[in-house]
This record gives sequence, structure tokens and C-alpha cells, in this order.
Amino acid sequence: MRVDDLRDILSLQVLTEGIPLDAEVRGGYVSDLLSDVMANAKEGDIWITLQTHLNIVAVATMKGIAGIIIVNGRRPDEETLKKASEEGIPILSTKETAFVVAGKLYKALNVKEI
Amino acid sequence: MHIKDTIEGSFHIVGGDFSRAGEASTEIKSILQSLGFNKEIVRRAAIATFEAEMNIIIYTTAGILRYEITPERIKIIAQDMGPGIEDIELAMQEGYSTAPDWVREMGWGSGMGLPNMKKNSDEFRIDSVVGEGTTVEMVIYLDNTKD
Repeated sequence: MRVDDLRDILSLQVLTEGIPLDAEVRGGYVSDLLSDVMANAKEGDIWITLQTHLNIVAVATMKGIAGIIIVNGRRPDEETLKKASEEGIPILSTKETAFVVAGKLYKALNVKEI
Repeated sequence: MHIKDTIEGSFHIVGGDFSRAGEASTEIKSILQSLGFNKEIVRRAAIATFEAEMNIIIYTTAGILRYEITPERIKIIAQDMGPGIEDIELAMQEGYSTAPDWVREMGWGSGMGLPNMKKNSDEFRIDSVVGEGTTVEMVIYLDNTKD
């Protein structure tokens, strides 16, 4: 499953411009604590969070995250989006909660793998 | 692995500059990847280095992040001009943090930084003098790589 497949399944809004959405999504991680993501997220994960500031891009870059989904309709700062575009990390958003997004993502990834 | 001699370098980190957070550790990670170290070694070094860099940014005025790579090991030294740590044992406890609220709201300051650094290092040393600064030295051995 790719990031653009998830965009379609979860009806996500793509906030970053000009970044390919073809990265393979291998799993997901839900956390708003950045050190927790550093320690426990895996390469190729989609990261579900309500954090919107610049440093989410640095963490995602370091971990090889496939993309960031920002929940609860939160909007990242312009500098976050600019940095994400530079680093090639897609940022997507949704009005839904982390619980709902994680549930749908879990289902989508499993259905695909069975 | 393609190293015969010591490869070393350093980065100056400016305290409080969250906009450049991760730059030094991302660079160090790229160097390790370009040297062909296995993923697990790179992953551990990246986590340890990133957390060290963040601590300098969050808590101090300035610091230096140094790396030294030999055929046997990666050594990361983070030396800062910060407030120092009063109780190192307490600071090493997972979940303990002295970070202010605004830093916690960013998702930092969850008390996982130092434990993450220790967990991902084979050797971990921390020296701190209150009012002067803190030095953290981390070593990751390369001989247990399973390429």
C-alpha cells in the first residue's frame, strides 16, 4: 500500500505540494511524544499525530517515515510544510481523530496483506 | 564497512534553535549510511545522536556534537554549556523531565531522551557540573554487526 492509496481510502487532504506520494507504507505509529516516535516508529511507517510544529519533519526524516497524518483538523505552520517539502516528507490531514484514523489504517493494511 | 582510519567531525549546536533541530544528527546518520554500516547500527546511532542534539537545543545555550568513527566503534560526544544536571540518577529515570510546559506541548520533554541514548549505546557516560555544563559520551561497537 502506498501513501496515495491511503489518501484515497482515508479521504485525506494532502498539505505538502510537489512531493510524490508513492512511498510504500509498511505500518503505522500513533504518538505525540517525539522521543517515543524516535525510539519506536519503524522505517516506512505512517505517523499519526496532532503535533504540527517544524520538528515533526526532522523526526520523520530521521526515522524514514513514509508520511505524516495530522489529525483533529489541525493545521501545521507554513514553515513545517516548507521543511516537509524540502525533505520530501508528505504531510496529510484529516478532521478525524487519531483513534479513527489508526483503526482505518490498521484495517486497510491488513486487508491488503491477507 | 569501508573504514581504515578514524573519521571524525563536529557540529556546533545553538541552544533554543528548534528550526535547525536534527540537522547535525541527520548529517551524521548520512555519513554512517555512506560508510555502509548495517541498518541496526545506523538506527541506534541515529536515535542516540538525535536525542543528544535535542537536549542541547532544549536545555542549553550552546553545545558541540562530535563524532569519531574507527573500525571498531562509533563514538558520539555531546558537550554543552548548559545549566548542568543536579541529580543524574533522577534524570536517567524514564519519564523524569525538567522541561518547561511549552517544550512538553511540542512533544519533547517526555523524559525519554537520556534513557533512549543509554539504551541505544553500548557504553554510556555522563558528566555534569551544575552551572557549567554536561558532557555525554556514547559508544556503539561495530564488531557485533551482522552483515
